[in-house]
Amino acid sequence: MTLAVTIAIMVAGGVYLMLQRGMVRIVLGLLLVGHAVNLLIMSAGGVFRRDQPLLGINPPDWAADPLPQAFVLTAIVIAFSIVIYMLTLAASGSDDDTEDVS
Amino acid sequence: MNPALLPLFVGVPLAVAGLMAVFTPPMRARSTLMMVPSGLGLAASSFLLWQTRDGQIFAHNVGLWPDGISIPFVADTFTALMLWTTSLLVLVTSAFAAAVHDDRSPFFPSLVLVLYAGVSGALLTGDIFNLFVFIEVMLLPSYGLLAMMGAFGRLRAGRIYVTVNLLTSTIFLAGVALVYGTAGTVHMGELAGAASESPMVAVGMGVVILALSIKAAVVPVHGWLARTYPRASPAVTALFSGLHTKVAIYAIYRLYALVFDGDSTYLWIGVVAFSATMLIGVLGAVGEDTTRSILVFHMISQIGYILFGVALFTEIGLMAGIFYLVHHMIVKASLFLSTGAIEHTYGTGALNELGGIAQRQPLLGLIFMGAALSLAGLPPFSGFVAKLSLVIGAVDAQQWTAAVIMIVVSIITLMSMLKIWGGVFWGKDPARETEHEDAGATSDPDGSTTVTTTRVRPMVLVPGLILTATTLCIGLGAQVLLALSTEAAQGLLDTSGYIEAVLG
Repeated sequence: MTLAVTIAIMVAGGVYLMLQRGMVRIVLGLLLVGHAVNLLIMSAGGVFRRDQPLLGINPPDWAADPLPQAFVLTAIVIAFSIVIYMLTLAASGSDDDTEDVS
Repeated sequence: MNPALLPLFVGVPLAVAGLMAVFTPPMRARSTLMMVPSGLGLAASSFLLWQTRDGQIFAHNVGLWPDGISIPFVADTFTALMLWTTSLLVLVTSAFAAAVHDDRSPFFPSLVLVLYAGVSGALLTGDIFNLFVFIEVMLLPSYGLLAMMGAFGRLRAGRIYVTVNLLTSTIFLAGVALVYGTAGTVHMGELAGAASESPMVAVGMGVVILALSIKAAVVPVHGWLARTYPRASPAVTALFSGLHTKVAIYAIYRLYALVFDGDSTYLWIGVVAFSATMLIGVLGAVGEDTTRSILVFHMISQIGYILFGVALFTEIGLMAGIFYLVHHMIVKASLFLSTGAIEHTYGTGALNELGGIAQRQPLLGLIFMGAALSLAGLPPFSGFVAKLSLVIGAVDAQQWTAAVIMIVVSIITLMSMLKIWGGVFWGKDPARETEHEDAGATSDPDGSTTVTTTRVRPMVLVPGLILTATTLCIGLGAQVLLALSTEAAQGLLDTSGYIEAVLG
């Protein structure tokens, strides 16, 4: 339940920010939604099993599902690199946007 | 063929891209090296197509992990067909980029090759999360290409493009999470039929398909395409038009056939959305006044046609859709290359600033006219066969409204192509006319002004010529591609062969 509420709040905040005009706000909104989706992936693996997923140390019934963690790691890296690129785009060549930013 | 070689479709372009980024080779070697991986890919995929022509499926578990745990690379007739077309397009647009000196910027070849690797991976993979990763591999270089190689407004276009695509990828990922949470796997073989059995998986997969539809620019989520593609350089637009949206379309075909098992409960959504795409795309083109922005709106309209094959989900419908997909990739790239050649040479793509090119260069006019007639669906080009079989498929499935829309949209497409033809190829060159008026105004005694006749160089023409010749060949010898498309459609209707290949 905690996870579901957290995801809902983060998505709501992210969508609100994305609907603003400024590029930096859009980037921050995308970051929030991205993290909400990462939490969604974690919850998809089941959060009730929390032990290290190591065979021979923990029984498989209690070991956490390692696959969502691998997914989230990949997703974080990809989103991070794109966000850096977006911030570069936000900072460079701002005079070619003919519409009023403010 | 040894299926263990399949990952090379990704590995070779990636390796060459990396090497070229590290050791920036000199100019001449660069253009040649850029074409090596796609040339090899074309040869390899022709061989693959030959091997899979009667339904043989190759699958390889990367890293030799056991079946069901591993990420498989799978190639059936549909995959091989797409790989062949992709390689052809990358090769031809690379040649065009070299001819217009787009490859002067040192990282251009590397970015194109990474894009090629990403597309090949997305076509071959048999795992939804891996599909997400390969789509990202394909998109990351595109962000660079769009912002690096465009004209005025490219950064603004780049911002829209990156924002939309990052949001879409996030939605895609949310869908993958929902699928994993409900079905417990993201392996396409294990997911087979899951969405038709459980509505919960269907919701998760629905989110994935929604994300793919945004990437494919289906109405009502098509707005980003028309505002970004015309801003890139002509070579880049041709490359994107051939590859990006088409990977999403391929994935929609594959996932709907495999995971939904062609479930007829949801097909009406497709019928409505894709009919709207055909109609709204073509009407959007009416208000545009540069060659590329008109062509981009037509692309949206054609995406509706291609995806209609899924909405029908009959053998003839799927066959027509796959045939249409291959035809469209080639024809659209040809149109972008021939108008791009004009834009490169004359410095503009605006209809009212060009004219009389058909008289000056009949060959260029023929290249454009061939591809334009093929796009509108006139014989003897491939577009005729594609549209005819799709309309037959729609009539077979009693989709009368859709069949009527298809025919009406074809006529509007033809009118729109005539608008480009009238503006760019016929009439008088406005630039020349003003020159004459100036000469008259000054009443120069030797009034025979030496008019500099700008011409498109032959090297810039050849890529478009190759593609238009291909569409003519496909139109004249349609039986070959029809047989391959039928085989591919049967692979989608009966997925047992695919499942057996990936799960062993």
